[in-house]
Amino acid sequence: MPAPLLELENLQKYFPVSTGPLLRRKLGWIKAVDGVDLAVWPGETLGLIGESGCGKTTTSKLILLQEAPTAGAIRFGGEDISRLQNQELMRYRREVQVVFQDPYSSLSPRMRVGDIVAEPLEIHTDLSREALHERVAEVLELVGLQPEVARLFPHEFSGGQRQRIAIARALATHTRLIVLDEPVSALDVSIRAQIMNQLEHLQQTLGVSYLFIGHDLATVAHISHRIAVMYLGQIVELADSLELCARPLHPYTQALFTAALPSHPDQRHEKLTIAGEVPSALDPPSGCRFHPRCPHAMPQCAHEAPVRKEVAPQHTVACHLY
Amino acid sequence: MVDISEQTNAAAVAVAQREFASVGRRWTSLARGLPVLPLAILVPFIVIALFADWIAPYDPTEPIAGAKIFEPPFWMQGGGTRALLGTDFQARDLLSRLIFGARVSLIVGVTGTIVAGTIGTALGILSGYLGGWVDQVIMRVTDAWLALPALVFAIFLATMLGPSMWNIVIILGLVYWTRYARVIRGEVLSLREREFVKLAEIAGGSRTRVIFRHILPNVLNSTMVLASLTIGVVIIAEASLSFLGVGVPPPEPAWGSMLADGRSMLMVGDWWLTVFPGLGILLVVLATQLLGDWLRVRLDPQLRNM
Amino acid sequence: MATLLRVSNLQTYYSSFGGARVVKAVDDVSFTLEAGETIGLVGESGCGKTTTCLSIVGLLPSAARVVGGSIEFAGEEITTKRPREMRRIRGRQIAMILQDPMASLNPLFSIYTQVAEPAYYHQAIRGRPLRQRVQELLRAVRIPSPEVRMREYPHQMSGGMRQRVVGAIAMAGGPKLMIADEPTTNLDVTIQAQYLEVLKEIQQESGVALIFVTHNLGIVAKMCDKMAVMYAGKIVEQGGVRDLFRSPKHPYTRALLGSMPKLGSKDPLYAIPGHPPNLAQLPSGCAFHPRCPHTMPRCVSQEPDDRHIDANWTARCWLLDRQVQEEYASAIA
Repeated sequence: MPAPLLELENLQKYFPVSTGPLLRRKLGWIKAVDGVDLAVWPGETLGLIGESGCGKTTTSKLILLQEAPTAGAIRFGGEDISRLQNQELMRYRREVQVVFQDPYSSLSPRMRVGDIVAEPLEIHTDLSREALHERVAEVLELVGLQPEVARLFPHEFSGGQRQRIAIARALATHTRLIVLDEPVSALDVSIRAQIMNQLEHLQQTLGVSYLFIGHDLATVAHISHRIAVMYLGQIVELADSLELCARPLHPYTQALFTAALPSHPDQRHEKLTIAGEVPSALDPPSGCRFHPRCPHAMPQCAHEAPVRKEVAPQHTVACHLY
Repeated sequence: MVDISEQTNAAAVAVAQREFASVGRRWTSLARGLPVLPLAILVPFIVIALFADWIAPYDPTEPIAGAKIFEPPFWMQGGGTRALLGTDFQARDLLSRLIFGARVSLIVGVTGTIVAGTIGTALGILSGYLGGWVDQVIMRVTDAWLALPALVFAIFLATMLGPSMWNIVIILGLVYWTRYARVIRGEVLSLREREFVKLAEIAGGSRTRVIFRHILPNVLNSTMVLASLTIGVVIIAEASLSFLGVGVPPPEPAWGSMLADGRSMLMVGDWWLTVFPGLGILLVVLATQLLGDWLRVRLDPQLRNM
Repeated sequence: MATLLRVSNLQTYYSSFGGARVVKAVDDVSFTLEAGETIGLVGESGCGKTTTCLSIVGLLPSAARVVGGSIEFAGEEITTKRPREMRRIRGRQIAMILQDPMASLNPLFSIYTQVAEPAYYHQAIRGRPLRQRVQELLRAVRIPSPEVRMREYPHQMSGGMRQRVVGAIAMAGGPKLMIADEPTTNLDVTIQAQYLEVLKEIQQESGVALIFVTHNLGIVAKMCDKMAVMYAGKIVEQGGVRDLFRSPKHPYTRALLGSMPKLGSKDPLYAIPGHPPNLAQLPSGCAFHPRCPHTMPRCVSQEPDDRHIDANWTARCWLLDRQVQEEYASAIA
């Protein structure tokens, strides 16, 4: 059994909220990420789905070392990344990259595409100019662009092409894990499928792992092998993609499915099982965080936070119903 | 291989080929929108300044042999074609002094702006990107600097450093950098949050690399616009310093000192000593302001399209 | 039922550089809408759906003009109306909801003021009846405790609530037609679902007709009775929603449907090659031909006309041409 590539163990990130610059009284904590356990295996795509305020963006920032965790550990290849220094840190940065949502601000407007894609290589390797050119050409072809485009500037490209460039850049240094933060949400519908197929093909060819963060269930379910559902800083359910679609267990997951748009007019009769809005992470509900909105809430749910446990093979849920 | 539109790639390659075939095309599109008036004023002045040695009829620091002092311009009574615009209090040719004065004004204006722009942009970038106490320190220094009245400060520095053209350049640079620092810092603050900067950081780029490859190229537009708008201010400042006697030292001609020299003669009606240098200052500053405005409009929409 | 809205051969062009460059944002668009019906205008960015709506509502930017065709609303031609007349129609008879609620709401005025405004101007309600009307409207969009919330300001509300307030403002004038331009793009999935239900309820109660502009076929599947698929300024296929989803006739419609990921299925997505067209440089003939898997020589040279598949179902594609079908049948025979 191979070891997981990336492991998040009881990860926590609390942001302090204080009043004013002078007094600095602590009002409380925004518990953006509160006890997240996840693993991403080599060559797999883990989907992370949730709505605004669920903590998926903060989780990705923690993985990318843009924020430091308040508690818990992130391990990459078995090593705690918060302990990494210098060379090892550079190695982590080399092997873990990100693709953001907005193709129009991901590429440096005054740099040529070739330079943009080569930048990680320049930072991490000593390759000669010819070797850089070669690798850039190689990687541009991998994402379906012709090597000649390296001389052009980003503004000459459409949104879909820019995302390809961003993906090429993310792959340049033989990356092992790419965090994809809503990579297709800002693209035209007809282009989304192109990029999704491209990503899948790249994974099959290169064996790179993806952490695919999204809000559209159908998109995430399509590309992911496994899906983790997040709500208010916690993972409420984690299962194989097809299994989750067939048997969503957590009431929030079920609500997401009823809220998802139908793919055919004949499917439109599902009743929505959720009301209200996501409460603030500043003062999350006690016990199970979903209980105020849960159609199956029991008295226990308000007092005791459920622990995530395996209810079916490879299918874990955090809910007192099970 | 996954299907990728051949047309898209063909189009991209065609664009690349077009780009290299016609660098000239860029220039013609630039030329189509050029601001006629400011350039019509500035280009002659620049030419005059560059070729002063060949254009000026006389040595501006030496009196014309056989000329009287305070000769009026040729179209007035008492004037002649020997000194087309008249002579000053040392019987030096006014026209030649004007020509060489243009050189001084433009050189000081441009280099002073370059110095100010460089200092200001550098501090603005450091302040905006590094944040923390660096930001605080630089911003407080900027505040303090701004509290000093520019010209008074310049005069103070001039008397301390002693008069010479290059000293003036440095002084003006030291006095006027604050405008850049503030604006550039603001831009950097918003640039810093843009995703391509974050990507560079996540990829492991050092701060130096991020600053030079990502931040600096994208603030240069603003710097250029600011520079063109403030070059007029610097030129006037130089003229003011010269007027007050602490600028470019005599006998080197400078429009400001020519104004000072001629001031007392205004009462007696020898207007040409002040009006011509004054007109020179007016036209150059006006032209640079207009040019700066045009640049701002031209570059701004592109700034937003980044 | 009398047809509420009849758009016939609408042409709206943008011109720039003093008329030297013309972009045919909307080129020969026709569709009808009955009272209480919902039509989905589907297409990607730049297809002309928003321009069509702006043409209907009379809010085209200065560079754009309706250069041909007609728009009949409640029996009256509105393309020729003067601005003052259009102002009376806008808000009172036709309302529009936009994508970004923060852009639609004035941060300086209370919710009450903003929801009351259309009722105040168009229906001349004042005082206590006005307050009651506002509460009624807020209740209709499912805003809890309207008496309290109407005194709040937009920044005190969440995105989903703001969008609902925008819906209430739209309904305040009592319109017969509501145009919703991508109103849920910025909303979370569950909020979007609640919002769409609210819209459906409003529609059922008041009988307002709805034009839903979106690029998301899922919304069309959920909300619309009929749909019109737009590409490069033309409607390439329109008809009942069920007909189009079950057996789309135009290759673009088919491609759009094929590129949507479906829950619970890992079937490969159909990726339409190429990219959406540049309206300033349209391909010859059928604008979709560079990306179409069934392109024939005729598609490159001639624009297809609108063919009827059914009484209410049309598509613009040479594949529907009887002659073409016969040729094809004989070619494979």
